[in-house]
Amino acid sequence: MRNRIDLKFQELKVKRKKAFIVFITAGFPNLKMTENLVLGLEEAGVDIIELGVPFSDPLADGPTIQESSQKALRGHVTLDKILHTVRNIRKKSSIPIALMSYYNPIFRYGENKFVINAKEAGVDGLIVPDLPLEEAKGLIKAAKRYHMAMVFFLSPTTTTQRIKKIVRASTGFIYYVSLTGVTGARSKLPRTITQNVRFAKQFTDKPICVGFGVSTPHQVKTISSLADGVIVGSAIIKEITKNIGKKDLSHRVTRFVRGLSNGL
Amino acid sequence: MKLPDKRGHFGEFGGKFVPETLMSPLAELETALKTLKKNKRFKAEFSFYLKEYAGRPTNLYFAQRLSKRLKNLKVYLKREDTLHTGAHKINNTIGQILIAKHMKKNRIIAETGAGQHGVATATVASLFGLQCCIYMGAEDMKRQALNVFRMRLLGAEVIEVKSGSQTLKDAMNEAIRDWVTNVQNTFYIIGSVAGPHPYPVMVRDFQAVIGQEAREQFFVKEKKLPDYLIACVGGGSNAMGLFHAFFQDKTVKMVGVEAAGFGLHTKEHAASLSQGSVGILHGSKSSLLQNREGQIRVAHSIAAGLDYPGVGPEHAYYKKIGRATYVAVTDREALQGLKLLSRAEGIIPALETAHAIAYLEKLAQEVKRKATVIVCLSGRGDKDVAAVKELM
Repeated sequence: MRNRIDLKFQELKVKRKKAFIVFITAGFPNLKMTENLVLGLEEAGVDIIELGVPFSDPLADGPTIQESSQKALRGHVTLDKILHTVRNIRKKSSIPIALMSYYNPIFRYGENKFVINAKEAGVDGLIVPDLPLEEAKGLIKAAKRYHMAMVFFLSPTTTTQRIKKIVRASTGFIYYVSLTGVTGARSKLPRTITQNVRFAKQFTDKPICVGFGVSTPHQVKTISSLADGVIVGSAIIKEITKNIGKKDLSHRVTRFVRGLSNGL
Repeated sequence: MKLPDKRGHFGEFGGKFVPETLMSPLAELETALKTLKKNKRFKAEFSFYLKEYAGRPTNLYFAQRLSKRLKNLKVYLKREDTLHTGAHKINNTIGQILIAKHMKKNRIIAETGAGQHGVATATVASLFGLQCCIYMGAEDMKRQALNVFRMRLLGAEVIEVKSGSQTLKDAMNEAIRDWVTNVQNTFYIIGSVAGPHPYPVMVRDFQAVIGQEAREQFFVKEKKLPDYLIACVGGGSNAMGLFHAFFQDKTVKMVGVEAAGFGLHTKEHAASLSQGSVGILHGSKSSLLQNREGQIRVAHSIAAGLDYPGVGPEHAYYKKIGRATYVAVTDREALQGLKLLSRAEGIIPALETAHAIAYLEKLAQEVKRKATVIVCLSGRGDKDVAAVKELM
């Protein structure tokens, strides 16, 4: 049984298109808005949603996503409430959804129980930025059993030996971190991305998507020419932050996203 | 059984829970440690700086008047407070900066709570002429203004951390973010037996000198082993430093004293072993203060160095296997402890250390027969005098 993420990449391959993946923090500014945003983003042509589970100590994130997480937590967002939101989204949409969560909330929930409930709610994949392959045995096993994609990271510091192991273990897609650093919009991305992604590609046929720092239509275009997909997060959170309190927030954000994906 | 195992696990605790970018640097650090462990020149250099620069060995001082007051206890103080910079932290920073030098890193970063580790790091960075950045919570910068000034005087840049609770936990988040960003030229000197493998074991091994000396010194004086070892526990580096050499000595009881803040019945404490549950923070699995959803709680202690919602994974392991017990002492009791030692022995301890002293009064009431005790006097109180003055 294949999940929505795999099907999406198959479809894109046939169309010779690249995946446009958008990250938003669940519960920022609130869960109802998260629901609206996901539906709006789908309409705007986003291929996959990366839904961030807010965490008190997000050590891989820069200030933009940190603040959105803090705000969501102040609104008492929990994993169960997020899964409920996914369930609501699933009544209207079949856009592939990957949950991005730090490991501790998943660990506390219980790995097996979490995968079962997430799958049942309609989640298609998991991205856990502080869980390297070496510590992921339990979660990989659970994910495999319930056909949940388990996305692992490559970074500019990953050795060749590790690249081979990671691309073998990663399912759904492989998340290539464009730079050494935390999430957050950058005006310039390192030139090494091209050769690094090309290098990783010789070890796998699985899709490789590039994220961290991507924030302009031009960057989206450049990256999509060399990878199978591009992930934008902080730039979108910034746009949400800018428009909080406005009635047409969702509309404004989707318009911004359309502008970005013009680069594709 | 050798601890930790190859992947840095102490039983179910420890490990490496970090972003992919840090996996290779951690592996490089492990390789360097393996090489240097057998390197005679490195060992000689480490001993040289401990002796000539930091002032080791420290004395094991028999606290006669204190013992008299405590009746059944014969108390020895392991005087880490007499070291250069005023606390045990320097043992570890000397070790780590020598490794940084070996790995040809020219920039040093560190997190600090009370500022003792920050000062100890700024000190060795200055000693070896390396650039140094210290992350410190805005709240802690207020409480420990004197140490902020000391670090700056030593040439370090002190970066104010305003995220989250603005204390040690957030300073560590920010230091890790810096490390992920500048990993090519930067060495992260972690101040406690916490963080991802190999930090907990590396810091323990550098601090183990405390227990190794104390064990020998005690034997010379008493011709036997002590009945109790007592040390305060925040992240737990001075406690692990004292405990480690006694691990096999089954008759020696170990007690770690955590910060009970306003009391364990409140949520305002830092007793991550007494009151915590298993979770993952700052790169390792250990015992944490967290809510049901796995969000980390904000800790509280009068002592900035204990104000941390986690603890080193090896302590969680010691607790689990019953090798050590962990108790907690409130802010108020700690202040009493500070007064007690000041009046009885003419030694003003750090507020962190005062927690261990305060526990002595409880222990004195519990023991049935005469018992011998080694307390790790981890730091001196100069840095706290201004804050204590306001509270007394």
